[in-house]
Amino acid sequence: MLALWRNSRVRGWIFQLVALTLFLYFGWSLWDNLQTNLASRGITTGFNFLNTEAGFGIISHLIDYSESSTYGRAFLVGLLNTLLVSVLGIFLATLLGLLIGVGRLSNNWLISRLALGYVELIRNIPLLLQIFFWYFAVLRSLPSPRQSVNWGELFFLNNRGIYMPAPIPEQGFGWAGWALLLTLIGVVLLFRWAVRRQHQTGRIFPRWRVSIGLLIVVPLLVLALQGFPLSWELPALKGFNFKGGLVMIPEFMAILLALTIYTASYIAEIVRSGIESVNRGQTEAARSLGLTHGQTLRLIILPQALRVIIPPLTSQYLNLLKNSSLAAAVAYPELVSVFAGTVLNQTGQAVEVIAITMGVYLLISLLISLLMNWYNHKMKLVER
Amino acid sequence: MVWLRRNLFSTPFNSGLTLLTLYLLWLAIPPIVDWLFLQATWSGESRAACEPNEGACWAFIDARFNQFIYGLYPSEAQWRVDLAFILLGVLFAGFFIPGVRRSWIAVLILIPYPLVAWILFSGGSWGLEEIDTAQWGGLFLTLVIAGVGITASFPLGILLALGRRSNLLVIRSISIGFIELIRGVPLISVLFMASVMLPLFLPEGVNFDKLLRALIGISLFQAAYMAEVVRGGLQAIPKGQTEAAESLGLGYWRTMQLIILPQALKLVIPGVVNTFIALFKDTTLVLIIGMFDFLGIVQAATTDPNWLGTAVEGYVFCAAVYWLFCFSMSRYSVSIERKLDTGH
Amino acid sequence: MKRIFIAALAATAMTATTGASADTLSTVKGKGFVQCGVGQGLPGFSSPDAQGKWQGIDVDVCRAVAAAVFGNAEKVKYTHLSAKERFTALQSGEIDILVRNTTETFTRDTGLGLDFAGINYYDGQGFMVRKDLGVQSAKELSGAAVCTNMGTTTEMNAADYFRSNGMEYKIVAFEKMDEVVAAYDAGRCDVFTTDRSGLAAQRTKLKNSADHVILPETISKEPLGPVVRHGDNRWGDIVRWSLRAMKNAEEMGVSSDNVDAMRADKRNPSRNRLLGTVGNMGEKLGLSNDWSYNIIKQVGNYGQMYDRHLGPTTTINLPRGINHLWTNGGIQYAAPIR
Repeated sequence: MLALWRNSRVRGWIFQLVALTLFLYFGWSLWDNLQTNLASRGITTGFNFLNTEAGFGIISHLIDYSESSTYGRAFLVGLLNTLLVSVLGIFLATLLGLLIGVGRLSNNWLISRLALGYVELIRNIPLLLQIFFWYFAVLRSLPSPRQSVNWGELFFLNNRGIYMPAPIPEQGFGWAGWALLLTLIGVVLLFRWAVRRQHQTGRIFPRWRVSIGLLIVVPLLVLALQGFPLSWELPALKGFNFKGGLVMIPEFMAILLALTIYTASYIAEIVRSGIESVNRGQTEAARSLGLTHGQTLRLIILPQALRVIIPPLTSQYLNLLKNSSLAAAVAYPELVSVFAGTVLNQTGQAVEVIAITMGVYLLISLLISLLMNWYNHKMKLVER
Repeated sequence: MVWLRRNLFSTPFNSGLTLLTLYLLWLAIPPIVDWLFLQATWSGESRAACEPNEGACWAFIDARFNQFIYGLYPSEAQWRVDLAFILLGVLFAGFFIPGVRRSWIAVLILIPYPLVAWILFSGGSWGLEEIDTAQWGGLFLTLVIAGVGITASFPLGILLALGRRSNLLVIRSISIGFIELIRGVPLISVLFMASVMLPLFLPEGVNFDKLLRALIGISLFQAAYMAEVVRGGLQAIPKGQTEAAESLGLGYWRTMQLIILPQALKLVIPGVVNTFIALFKDTTLVLIIGMFDFLGIVQAATTDPNWLGTAVEGYVFCAAVYWLFCFSMSRYSVSIERKLDTGH
Repeated sequence: MKRIFIAALAATAMTATTGASADTLSTVKGKGFVQCGVGQGLPGFSSPDAQGKWQGIDVDVCRAVAAAVFGNAEKVKYTHLSAKERFTALQSGEIDILVRNTTETFTRDTGLGLDFAGINYYDGQGFMVRKDLGVQSAKELSGAAVCTNMGTTTEMNAADYFRSNGMEYKIVAFEKMDEVVAAYDAGRCDVFTTDRSGLAAQRTKLKNSADHVILPETISKEPLGPVVRHGDNRWGDIVRWSLRAMKNAEEMGVSSDNVDAMRADKRNPSRNRLLGTVGNMGEKLGLSNDWSYNIIKQVGNYGQMYDRHLGPTTTINLPRGINHLWTNGGIQYAAPIR
C-alpha cells in the first residue's frame, strides 16, 4: 500500500481521480441547488421567452426593430450594437495607437514626450470614469436641437447626436455591389499574379495602388452608367427633434470615444515595443541593399515587428470587446444593457439570460483568438 | 542650442511639427490652467459660492471630502479606519529598516493584519460598535477591494498557472477551462452573478456578505489574467531546470517553490504589476452593482441639489486620485525591475 | 486548486443540511436582522439623509417589518438595488423583502416567482418637460426623446402609450435614476418619465427646478408595494399585516405619540386587538403579541410615515391624493385586524 503511494504515477492518478470527483460533485450540487431553488420559488424557466413580444423600444438598431418584435430580436439588436461599437472601436484605436506608438519613437523630443504623457495619463485612469466623463462632457457642451450646429444643411450636431444624410439605394444599385465583388475577386487574382511574377522575374508591379484604384473606379463606373441610382435622405428639424437621415447618438459617441482613447494608449505601447524589438542593424542592412525607406519599413521592419505585436494586440482587441459592456452605464443599447438589462428584468429569467450573454461573449472571444492564432501561425518565423 | 537643433528642428518636417505642436499647446494649456487653478473657487457652502468665478468649483470637493474618503462610515468610528491604515503603513515601513527580517513582516501583513483590520473595520468585538459593510464606501472601500483583490488573486493566479502546465490531465483541463471561461466574459457579468445571482446556486438560506461576494468575483476574475501572466514566466524557464531539480530528488512542490517560481516570477514582474493596476481600475465597476466606492460616492454627491453642475470637478478629482495610485504602482514596478535585473 | 475545492465543498456540504428546510422567518430570526432591498436614492422612498442614514417610506416598511419580528426597527440591513437587479436579488434569496417603489403587475406576480404584499403608495406614471418647450399635454409629445430608468414598468408603459397614440419617440434608458436625471438635466431628452411621485422627488435634483413642469396626464396605474418570494406564505403574511397595521392605526387615530396611552386605555376592543392587549394575533404570525405595538411605537402609523417623508414639511411636498385613507376620500383601505 505504502509502496503504491510512493509511486508518483499512481499518486498522480489518485490525485486526479479525487479532483475529478470533487469537481463533478461541486458542479452537480450547484446545478441541483439551482433546480431546487427555481422550482421552489416558482420561477419560470426555459427559452420560450425569446419568442414573446418585447414591448419596449430601443433607441438605435441596425436591423428592423419595433415594440412588437420579440425578445430574441431585441437580443440580436443588442448584439449588433455591441459588434458595431467594438469593430469601429478596434479600427479607430488601432489607428490612434499606431500614430501615438510611432510618436513615442519620434526623434522630435516634443512629440515623443507628448505621446508618453498621453499614454501615462490615459492608462492610469479607470475606463468607466472616462466613459462617464466623455458622456457628460460631450452632452453638456452640445447645443439643443433648435440651436444645432449646422454644416450646409446636410450635417447637424446637437445634444441628440450627429445627423447626416442617409443614402437610399434605388433600382439598379445592386449592380454596383456585384461589380465591387467581381473587382475584389479580380484584385485577389492580380495580387497572386504580381507576387508570382516578382518571385520569378524580380520585376515589381505597383499592386496596391492599382488595386485600390480599381476597387474605387469600377463600382463608380457601373453607377455612373446607370445615372447614379442613389438618393439621399436629409435630416430635418420636425417638432422636438431631427427626423430622417442617419444619426449617431451621444451615447454611442461617448463610448466609442472612451474605448478608442483608452485602448489606443495600450496599443501605442505594444506598437512601440514591437518596433523597438527589431534590431537597428536590420534597417541599416536594408538601406545598404538599396531599399527605400518605405520598402524597409514594409518589407523588413513591419513583418518582424508584427510577430511581436500580434499576440498582445489580440488581447487588447478582446479587452475592448469586453469593455464595450460598460456602455450599459451610459444607456447605449448594447448586449448587456438591452438583453442582460431590460430583457432580464422583464422576464425575470436571470439564469437563462446571463448564460446566453456570457456564452455570446465567450464565443466571440474564442473566434477572435482562433483567427489571430491562425494569423500568428502564418506570420511565424519559419525555422529551418 | 545644439540640443534644440538636434531634438526639435532636425529636418524641415520636424521643425514644422514642433511649431504646430507648440501652437496647439499654447492654445490648450492657458484655459486649462485658468479653469483648474486661477479662476477656481476653493471653499464655500454650495454651488452658489462658485457662481461668481469662471473656473472649477473645488469647494465641492472640500465640502464632501470626508464622505469621499470614508463613504457612509459613521464619523465617530472613522478613527478605526485611520488606525488600520496607519498600522499597515508602519508594517510596510518595516521593510526599509535594516536588520529586520523581511519574511517576518510579510507574514505579519498577510496573516494577523487582515484579521485585525477586519475587526477594526466591521466591529462587533473588542467592544467596537458593529458597522455593516453596506456603510463602507469611498476611497476606503476602493482600497479594501483593491487590497484584498491583489492579495488573493496573486497566489490563486500562480496555482492556476501551475495547474495549466500540470502533467495531470484533469487538473490541466479544469484550469484551462476556468481561465478561458473567465477571460472570455466581461467583468460586469461576473459581478452581476456574484452580487445577485449567487444565492440561486447555493442551498436555500445560505448566504454571505455582498462585499465578500464582490471580492470573490473580482479576485477570481483577475486570478485568471494573473495565471496567464505567470504562465508566460513559467514557459521561459528551460525544461532542464525542472529535470535537474527532480534528479536532485526534489518533489514537485519543492521544485516549483525553490527553483522554478523564483525565476519565473522575477521575469513577469511588469505583467503582474499591470494586472494589479488593471484590478485597481476595475474596482470602479462595483458601482454598477450598487456599492459606493470612490467613483460611486463622488458621482452620487454630484446629484446633491446643493452641488448640481459639479460633475466635471468630481470626475477630474476622481481621475487625479486614481491616476496617482496607478502611476505610483507602475513607477514602483519599474524600480523593482531595475533592482532585480541581475543581468544574464 | 485542491484546497479551494475542498473548502468550497465543505462549506456547501455543511450548510446543505442546516439550511434546506428553513423558511424566511426562521432564517431572519436566525441571522438577527431583515435584509431589505431598497432603492439607490429616490427622495421620499429611500435616500440617505445628511447623516448618511437611509430614510423614506420604502425604508420605513422595512423598519416596520423589523419592529414586528424583533421588536426593534433598527434590525434591518439594506441592499441598494438598481431597477434591473431587484427581482433577481429577491428571487435568489439575496434579500428577504424588496421595497423599492415596485409596481405590482400580473407577470411579476405570476411568472417571476414573486408575491406582492400590499401597497404602500398608489402611483401613476407621468411626464416632465421643460417649460420653454411650450408643451401643455402629453399628446403633443410626438417625436420626443424620452429619458427613463432601465428595466421598469415605466419603460414599457411609455412604449405602450406612444404606440397606442400613434406617436413616435426615442427612448433613452439608463441603469440608474441619478443618471437619468443628470442626462435629462443636460438636455439629452425632451421628456423625463417615471412615476409621478418620482418626478416630484427628482425635480428637487434639477438645476432650476422651476423651469420644469409635470404634464397633467397620468398614463398608467402604478400600485407600489413590498414584494416577497412566492411560496412562503407566513413571511408574506407578516409583511402584509405589518403594512396593514400601520394603516389601521391611522384609521383608529393611534400614533407613535399616543400609542402608550391608547394601550393603557382598554375601552375600544378593536384597538385592543391592534395593540395586542387581547387575543393572540401575534402568535398566529409566529411573532410576539406586541408586534403591531412595536411597529406603531417605533415607526408610526401610515399617515405619520407619509408626512415624514412626502408631506408638506418636506421638500418633495407631494399632495396625498388617493393615498388618503378611504375614510378621507382616498383608496388606502386595510382589512381589519380581528
